[in-house]
Amino acid sequence: MAEYKTEEKVKTNLGLERIPDSLPAQYNENERELTTLNLGPTHPATHGIFQNILQMDGEKIISGVPTIGYIHRAFEKIAERRPFYQITPLTDRMNYCSSPINNMGWWMTVEKLLGVKTPKRADYMRVIVMELARITDHLICNSILGVDSGAFTGFLYVFQEREKIYEIYEEISGARLTTNMGRIGGMERDFTPVAIQKLRDWMAGFPKVMKEFESMFTRNRIFMDRIKDVGPMTAERALNYGFTGPNLRAAGVDYDVRVMNPYSSYEDFDFEIPVGTTGDTYDRFMVRNEEIWQSFRIIQQALENLPEGPFHADAPEYFLPPKQEVYRSMEALIYHFKIVMGEIDAPVGEVYHSVEGGNGELGFYLVSDGGRTPYRLHFRRPCFIYYQAYPEMVVGSQLSDAILILSSMNVIAGELDA
Amino acid sequence: MAEQGLTNQQVLENITARFGDAIFNAHEPYGLLTVTTTRDQIILLLTHLYNDAELQMNFLTTMCGIHYPENKGEELGLIYHVHSLVHNTRLRIKIFFPIADPVVPTATKLYATANWMEREAFDFYGIQFEGHPNLIRILNVEDMTYHPMRKEYPLEDGTREDKVDVFFGR
Repeated sequence: MAEYKTEEKVKTNLGLERIPDSLPAQYNENERELTTLNLGPTHPATHGIFQNILQMDGEKIISGVPTIGYIHRAFEKIAERRPFYQITPLTDRMNYCSSPINNMGWWMTVEKLLGVKTPKRADYMRVIVMELARITDHLICNSILGVDSGAFTGFLYVFQEREKIYEIYEEISGARLTTNMGRIGGMERDFTPVAIQKLRDWMAGFPKVMKEFESMFTRNRIFMDRIKDVGPMTAERALNYGFTGPNLRAAGVDYDVRVMNPYSSYEDFDFEIPVGTTGDTYDRFMVRNEEIWQSFRIIQQALENLPEGPFHADAPEYFLPPKQEVYRSMEALIYHFKIVMGEIDAPVGEVYHSVEGGNGELGFYLVSDGGRTPYRLHFRRPCFIYYQAYPEMVVGSQLSDAILILSSMNVIAGELDA
Repeated sequence: MAEQGLTNQQVLENITARFGDAIFNAHEPYGLLTVTTTRDQIILLLTHLYNDAELQMNFLTTMCGIHYPENKGEELGLIYHVHSLVHNTRLRIKIFFPIADPVVPTATKLYATANWMEREAFDFYGIQFEGHPNLIRILNVEDMTYHPMRKEYPLEDGTREDKVDVFFGR
């Protein structure tokens, strides 16, 4: 690298200008000195790597400019070179607090394209893991909100429960965080008796912990004073900003994909959609808490009525045969080979499918040109879409409120940057 | 509320009554009404969908770019998904335009959410949005000189020699 020898040369080559040692002070129209504050990219309170350049007048925020993309991994590009079943590990890494929802959303998109009909048992099993994932997602969000406002204890209480749910995932799929759960047409294996037992044990203990968590926060004077009327969002602005999920429901719009466009037999279950009124941080907190209870109700119903039968569709072109069959039967060997070597082409078409993710409508827009990989795959990532409202929500509030708004929006860096 | 409040036929009739020949290639892949229009009409169409009392399609679900290198003259495309939350009806709108002139009017005046979606489409495909308040890269680094989602950039470096795999058609 001989040509980059001098410092000046480096600067000219990169097009950088020398930044002066001290910037001139900036003033607003009332002659008050303004401060520029870098919130992030690696501040512990941002829970992920994203930067906000805040212009402050004392403690008050005048404007905010978010910079994102720090963990952009080009999933949409990578997906164009991968067969369908190798894209699930990419979806794991989007909203990593609720990976199973992303996995199942992707499988359902593929099933819609291929025209595979899943059996009831697979649907119910998927509903159970998806609702478990929603509970972990909301638990993290709400307990972190407590941590950010100075209450650490609740976080530790519910992390115990999250750990138990991760053990259930482990029993179902073998992994804890990046689950890569399910296959085209259903689940990769049936729930083991141990998994069912772990699920029942967790269900026996969870309501007590959740009630304890709620009694610690919901009517806590200090907590309420801290988060009420912080970062409010009207329904009109929320819709204009493309909010979905708990953040939109906190603003008073009862849009839930599970009810509007039921998938995976959600129409069989009885549950309610909690909505807020003002869309402030307290409403977001309350909506998530209530959704945890509703998810718990869904899991109870699904487990009680879990139908007998196969746990995957009869679709040998797409669903890997059991390994012992591959060694014994000609047909299984052929299908195994065809699936693994990617000999089976998908139909030509385009599909949009969305599921209710932890943060809102998680959509998959898949364009297939008939090859083994997608021609184009676009993820509608709810975080990416609603995080752009952040500057509007924090302007005029205090710096410490900005932290609470950020954690109550539940921005997950993996989903934000994809 | 699970059913679609408006049929695809009603939506199509409503927009063709207003836009006529500017709406073409209407079909319903997997039940989702898909229409193609021109980039001159796209903002008018989105505004009409937003304000029309019958349709009330005022939620922009998502927007993404697409690249078809073999379609000469309309290599680049944009795909909008709009949703009427009142009627629970979705509509997919596509526009195509030449890669040499990738200029599209912005939808940010109608939808605040279009801001980052358009920045993403600019970042990935180099689509220029006319009137966008802050059209800079969003996910990739600022000094990147190309638009990586275009099909001319293969995912793997074609000159690599340590990964020759002639048997399995990489």
